[in-house]
Amino acid sequence: MNTSRVDGHTSQAFDADMNEIVNKVLDMGSLVTHQVEKAIYAFIHTDADMARAVISKDDEVNHLEVKIDEHCVQVLVRRQPTAGDLRAVIAAIKTIKDLERIGDQAKRIARSAIKAAEAGAEADRAFPEFEMMGTRVVRMLQDAMTAFRNHDAQEALQVALQDKAIDSDYESILRQNMTYMMEDPRNITRIVEMTWVGRAIERIGDHARNVCEYTIYFVKGRDVRHIDDAQIEAIVQGR
Amino acid sequence: MGQPSMNTLKVTLPESADSQALPQGNIKMSARDVKVFYGASEALHGINMDIYENEVVAFIGPSGCGKSTFLRCLNRMNDTIDSARVTGKVTLDDQDIYDPSLDVVQLRAQVGMVFQKPNPFPKSIFENIAYGPRLHGLVDNKTDLEEIVESSLRRAGLWNEVKDRLDAPGTGLSGGQQQRLCIARAIAVSPEVILMDEPCSALDPIATTIIEELIDELKGSYTIAIVTHNMQQAARVSDRTAFFHLGNLVELSATREIFTNPQDTRTEDYITGRFG
Repeated sequence: MNTSRVDGHTSQAFDADMNEIVNKVLDMGSLVTHQVEKAIYAFIHTDADMARAVISKDDEVNHLEVKIDEHCVQVLVRRQPTAGDLRAVIAAIKTIKDLERIGDQAKRIARSAIKAAEAGAEADRAFPEFEMMGTRVVRMLQDAMTAFRNHDAQEALQVALQDKAIDSDYESILRQNMTYMMEDPRNITRIVEMTWVGRAIERIGDHARNVCEYTIYFVKGRDVRHIDDAQIEAIVQGR
Repeated sequence: MGQPSMNTLKVTLPESADSQALPQGNIKMSARDVKVFYGASEALHGINMDIYENEVVAFIGPSGCGKSTFLRCLNRMNDTIDSARVTGKVTLDDQDIYDPSLDVVQLRAQVGMVFQKPNPFPKSIFENIAYGPRLHGLVDNKTDLEEIVESSLRRAGLWNEVKDRLDAPGTGLSGGQQQRLCIARAIAVSPEVILMDEPCSALDPIATTIIEELIDELKGSYTIAIVTHNMQQAARVSDRTAFFHLGNLVELSATREIFTNPQDTRTEDYITGRFG
């Protein structure tokens, strides 16, 4: 079945319920993506005000997660969804969990940005790497949410595969940071903080990949967690 | 025993939908190209299905899709409708049940039926159960008969509720009890297959739950085919589910597959409430 959709029910109220789930998940995805974008910007540009704004907005992310969860529970109780509808609700519940975790990582990056600003840090040699990795992860998040919105398993797979590039960005930041630490041990505290930021971005990539896997589950009806990429591709292609 | 190899720890793909659809066991009943005509109009368009021993198979579909018509082919209940004509082949343990030499009364003992509305005989609870075994000559004496009555009522989960009033009329029981009485009556003649045509549609939710629990227990001893309009019921009680539409069998697979990942758009549209 490739014709996953959440509308077209005889009951229009059921359609409205399902559309509300999808739209709220998209809203949450959009909010979280902005949080990540701003947090990384705040870190690179040592912008403490923007970092504080990110931290205070995390409550909104958490609140959305709870609201969407509640709505999904209501749909399960009232509509007893089956097949594609059931998978859409399950995918939504799982997706918002990962989005909430992404929000937490954005908050973590923002805290590092504040620390860096308070320590009087200025632009650093490693920042072009962070900029590249950050751009990649924000793009990946946007694309993951687009694949979810369009119920597009093929697109979701392509986005999931982008996680590899982010992992390799993180590897290279790690290597570089180790060099800096060896060059001058006085840098260690600051470099460890930078490493945490790299780690947070890398985790965001993992969560974005999870979101893509839930979209594939929703569309294809197959659980693709914990299997290798070739197997996922075979499922997405319907082989 | 050596160390487990990495291969045994590797996460593998779940089985395919097809392999999940295949239950283990022997084929109990089989239908090949079964068509049913009411007068000139063809109500069932060539159904092929195997029903396995000790499974519960549910038939779902919109009104008029042919699910009850097909169920009634399995013990020749359509014979009782003058205008109905059945073609194709239906077997029970490889024996053609439409063979003209076959004893239909005997067939209906082997393939018992429970209807939508409980229909106890206007007799005592005891006589409701005793009638079949007597008719089929299954008992020689009163003790044997009493044993069959008690064991049938026990299997139907009704014994404790009626053991002190076996002489009371069956029609005096509650709806749910009457339906269990009808199930006990079907069991009393030692059937191999039990057909149920919407057995819970006239019952309240508690009585429905009791019947559903009973179905689960009975499948250890019998093969059960159930027609239901209640899709959650099909999801709860059956091992496999068949979706009928406009006289065709659209999809038959493992119940968990049908309700989470159906392969046919028509099935998905029906179970998700998108028909019409």
